[in-house]
Order: sequence, then structure tokens, then C-alpha cells
Amino acid sequence: MTTIADVTAAPKVESIAELKRICNRLRIEIVKMIGAAGSGHPGGSLSEVELLTALYFRVLRHDPRNPEWPERDRFILSKGHGCPALYAVLAETGYLDHSVLGTLRKLGSPLQGHPDKRFLPVLEANTGSLGQGLSIGIGMAIAAKLDKKDWHTFVMVGDGEIQEGQNWEAAMFAPYHKLENLTIIIDYNHQQLDGFTKDILDVSPLREKFEAFGWRAVEIDGHDLEQVIPALEEARNGKNKDARPTCIVANTVKGKGVSFMENNPEWHGVAPKPDQVSAAVTELQEKAKHL
Amino acid sequence: MSSTTMPNTTAKFELKMGVATREAYGQALVELGRKNPNVVALDADLAKSTFSAKFQKEFPDRFYTCGIAEANMVGIASGLALAGKLPFASSFAVFLCDKGYDQLRMCVAYPGVNAKFVGSHGGISIGEDGPSQQAVEDYALMSALAGFVVLNPSDEFCGRALVHRMAEHNGPVYMRTGRPKAPILYGPGDTFEIGKAKQHGNGRDVAIVACGLEVGYALQAQAQLAEEGIQARVLDMHTIKPVDETAIAQAAKECGAIVTAEEHLLDGGLGSQVARAVAKSYPAPMEFVGIQNTYAESATPEQLMEKYGLTAPFIVEAVRSVLKRKR
Ligand SMILES: Cc1ncc(C[n+]2csc(CCOP(=O)(O)OP(=O)(O)O)c2C)c(N)n1
Repeated sequence: MTTIADVTAAPKVESIAELKRICNRLRIEIVKMIGAAGSGHPGGSLSEVELLTALYFRVLRHDPRNPEWPERDRFILSKGHGCPALYAVLAETGYLDHSVLGTLRKLGSPLQGHPDKRFLPVLEANTGSLGQGLSIGIGMAIAAKLDKKDWHTFVMVGDGEIQEGQNWEAAMFAPYHKLENLTIIIDYNHQQLDGFTKDILDVSPLREKFEAFGWRAVEIDGHDLEQVIPALEEARNGKNKDARPTCIVANTVKGKGVSFMENNPEWHGVAPKPDQVSAAVTELQEKAKHL
Repeated sequence: MSSTTMPNTTAKFELKMGVATREAYGQALVELGRKNPNVVALDADLAKSTFSAKFQKEFPDRFYTCGIAEANMVGIASGLALAGKLPFASSFAVFLCDKGYDQLRMCVAYPGVNAKFVGSHGGISIGEDGPSQQAVEDYALMSALAGFVVLNPSDEFCGRALVHRMAEHNGPVYMRTGRPKAPILYGPGDTFEIGKAKQHGNGRDVAIVACGLEVGYALQAQAQLAEEGIQARVLDMHTIKPVDETAIAQAAKECGAIVTAEEHLLDGGLGSQVARAVAKSYPAPMEFVGIQNTYAESATPEQLMEKYGLTAPFIVEAVRSVLKRKR
């Protein structure tokens, strides 16, 4: 397989301290943009931040100046309601102008309530009906193999989302077809819409389930960049996977970084009011001083 | 959450807003639960949004949350019904109908199972969440399941009554409910029957046949048209299937011009059902207000209803053009 020289790809941010500062900035953007929109999903956006930061600043082969680059890695946000975090990272990496973040969910905005390629072509898929991203990712991974290309496909799902049966049809398919160029990241924040996942329909143990389906599965702390980056790099570049796709079970905290949102299911799909936005931003800015 | 008050209350014809039809569903389901110990409710991680959570709170032992797994939920509802229970399963309309479709056909419609389904957040008036959550095809999908009754109440009184009618009806029923507050069109004394339209006014110039939130807009259009000397009648066609062919035939005969209005794609929804009834009885020119072969987007409910041509002025416009073709 040919590897396209990394010179065309976005420069990587090596410093963990700098990556942590980026995560903090993204969280501030997320809270502000959902606050300005007056609706949206803060909890499941905040839990994704380290995973997305590691992908876009360290792991993905991509080029913001060339969004249609055929050699780019593909990233599908299957849990589409978590798109404010993706929009924030696309702005931070230069795909979008920061000013557009304030238009989230407004008439005519490229930043639709759920990812919509019609309005923002850089997105790889339209999502929002949960449970479908992994199948799309499989299709992409097969296409890469047919074309003998070495780009990788990453799919991020929620732990509530994993209850959809389609995921398990896909989970059977990917290892059977030896799609080592495919990775699923489960944002395991232990909550879904109506409450805690264990009280609704427990999905544990996730790593064991995927292993039993034939995946190479690892479990990490999804907020610890020193665990997230090596896990993603191994999934993308590792040579010892026995032609298996990778499942990364990332334990996270819903609402991470904003103390009054953390682990409170009320913050699944409610926008913070202006005073709550200020409180959250102040808290995050305070944290930034120590990063 | 942005304002979900609709239709526009600044219009000439003032509509008093009541609760959303999804909330009416939750209330009626609790009433049913008190009357009938056989009622079992199911939801797919949207109980707070569909208002089945009201039932969950009062009858936790007769409530099952299925997780985000709509197809499984529909199958479970079928099994419950086959074993003598009266299941009511709810989710957003788009996930219930679209994800559960094969099961709705195979486990419910085809064997004629007595199970009930309620899809909330129908139409584009859900607003900012955008097309992935907006059901614009549920009337068509559910009408294409043989034997299914398809309902969409226009206000809370209509909604509550229809939940009771659903329970009394022996066979599969689907009801769409809405996210925004609905205008109050009826009172506690009004009665509702499956398949029988509610007529507002006796106008003989044109008939406007509408369902769901479009009924409020149709009444606004009726008031505006009256000022121009055009007498319209409005038929609240809360039952999309079986559509009230008698009321439609009478309207076609007496008015000779029909406009339909629905918060749904124009393909296979209310307009198609009404057109068939008109063609079979007293063929008359028709115009159709609805979503034109597209998916909507994110914006406030008001902006979307306007942009996609579903508010009162569009109904008035459709009346003007149908009247030009009236013989
Ligand atoms: C098929 C489908 N059913 C229901 C919903 C409504 N919904 C949106 S988010 C959500 C909960 C998602 O939980 P999870 O996947 O754990 O995401 P997170 O907790 O990270 O936000 C639900 C039920 C949906 N979008 N799609």
C-alpha cells in the first residue's frame, strides 16, 4: 500500500499541555454555541472532547485546506446530536470560521442541529437517527480496501446508541471481513436520554461483547489524552491486529468540565441559560489558568 | 428551548394556545391505565419527550423502557397484544415508524394485532433538531400498512379523546402527536369518533381539509377568507385513514372546490386520501398544501412552517387558485 507523505496532512500538535488547552477552549465554544442556539445537547458533546481533539490534532490524516482530499481518513459522528463538539473542533482546525459557531441551529446555518452534508459538505455522513454510522463506516472501509488505499475510518457512537440492533449486525460483519482499517469509538458516558444507561437497558460489558464478536477491543479513560492518543494511534497504525477492526471503549463523563452538568442526566438535551453559560465559561477559564 | 407557540397568534383570528398533543397523550394514557389494568406502555428512551413518562410514574410496573431499540419495541408490543395485553408503544414518530416498519407490518398489521402506537414530534414544527428527527412521511408509511388506523389530533381535547378511541378500537392504530403547544379548538364536551371529521362552519365556496396543527392555520385562513367574502368550511380530518369519505363527498358536492393542508410530504399523505374520496364522489378541482418533495432543516418552528409553506397565508393562496378553476 502506498502511504501519502504526511507533509500534505495537517500539522500535529505534539504537546499534551497544548492539547489540554485546546480541549478547554473547545468546551468553552460548545457551551457558548449551545447557549446561543437555545437548544441542543451539551452533555454528550462535552464527553467527546478529548476523543475528538486526539483524532483531529494527532491521529487523523487530514488537511483542512483540502477537505475533499481522497486520501483523508474518514470520521463519522454516528451520535449526531453530539455535533457541537465536532463543529468546534472543525473550527479549531481551520475547516470553519469561528464566527460561524454562533449560528448553530439557526435558519440557513451550515451548523445544523444534527450533521447535515447538504449544508456542510466536509461532514462525512448525515446522522441523527441513532445506530447507523457503523454500517456507513463499514462501507467506507470496504471501499478503501477495494481501491487498495490506506486511509482509515473512525466511527464514534454513544453507549445508549449501541442498543440499536443495527450496531450488532455491523459488529458481526466487520471482523468477518477483516476490516482492520475500521475503528469504532464508544463514548461510554454511562447515560442516555431518559437517564443512566444501567437503569434503562444496561449495555455492559462492552469490551467483552466486542471481543466476543471478533474485534480487537480496548478500554480506556476517554478524558486522559495519554491513554486516548496511543489507543487511537494503535488502532490506526498498529501492525499487530491480526486483521481485526478495533473497538475503543472510552469511559467518559457526560457534561465533562462543567461541574453542574457532570453526571446529571438533566443536561442531555437542554441548553444552558445565559447565566449558566457565564458560570460554565468562568469555571472553564479558571481551569485554563492551570493548564 | 425556543418558543414553541404556534400557530402565529398575531394573525387576524386569535387562537388560544393549550398544551401540546403529546402532553394530551400522556394524560389520556394515565386515565386509561387507571381504568384498564391491561394497559402496558413501552417507550424507546424518549419517555420524557413523548410524555409516556407520566404513565411510567404512576404505573412503573406496567411500563417498559426498551432503550434505543425501536424495532425490538414494536415486536414486544406485538407479543404483549397476542398474549392479551393492551400495549401502547411510543417514540418520536420518525424512529417509531421508520425503524419499526418491518415489525409494524409483519408483527402487527399483517396478523391484525391489537397494538397501539404513538409517534411524537411529528412534522417539521419540532424545529431546531432538523430533518433527522422530523417525521414528514409517517401518514404515508402507516397508511400503507393494511388495516391500520392513522390519526393526528389537532388539539388537546381531540388528542385525549382519540387515545380513548384507540383503546376501544379493536385493531392496530397509529397516532401522530406534535411537539409545540397546539391551539385550543375544542372543549371537554366535544366528542370524537375514529373516521368522522369535525366540521367548522358551513361555507359553500370552498372546503379546507386539514389535520394536526394545520387545522389551526386552516381556521385562520377561513377567517381571513370570510373578510374577502369567501365562505369556507374547514374539516378537521383527525383520522387520515380511514378518511371520512361521507364528509368529503358532501364537501365536494356542496363546495365544488377543495384544499387540503398537512404537515407532511405531499406524497401519500392526507391530500392523496382526500383526492381519492373526491374523485370517487363529486370530482372537483383541488389544491394541496404540504411539504414539496424535500427535507427541511434546522430553525425555529415558526420559521420552518413559513419557509416550507404551511401557514395560513399559504392556505389562503391555495384557496384563491382553486377557486379560479372552480366550475
Ligand atoms: C433512532 C433514534 N432513537 C431515538 C433518538 C433520540 N435520542 C437522541 S440522543 C438519545 C440518547 C443517546 O444516548 P447516547 O447514545 O448514550 O448518547 P450521549 O449520552 O453520549 O448523548 C436519544 C434517545 C434518536 N436520535 N435516534
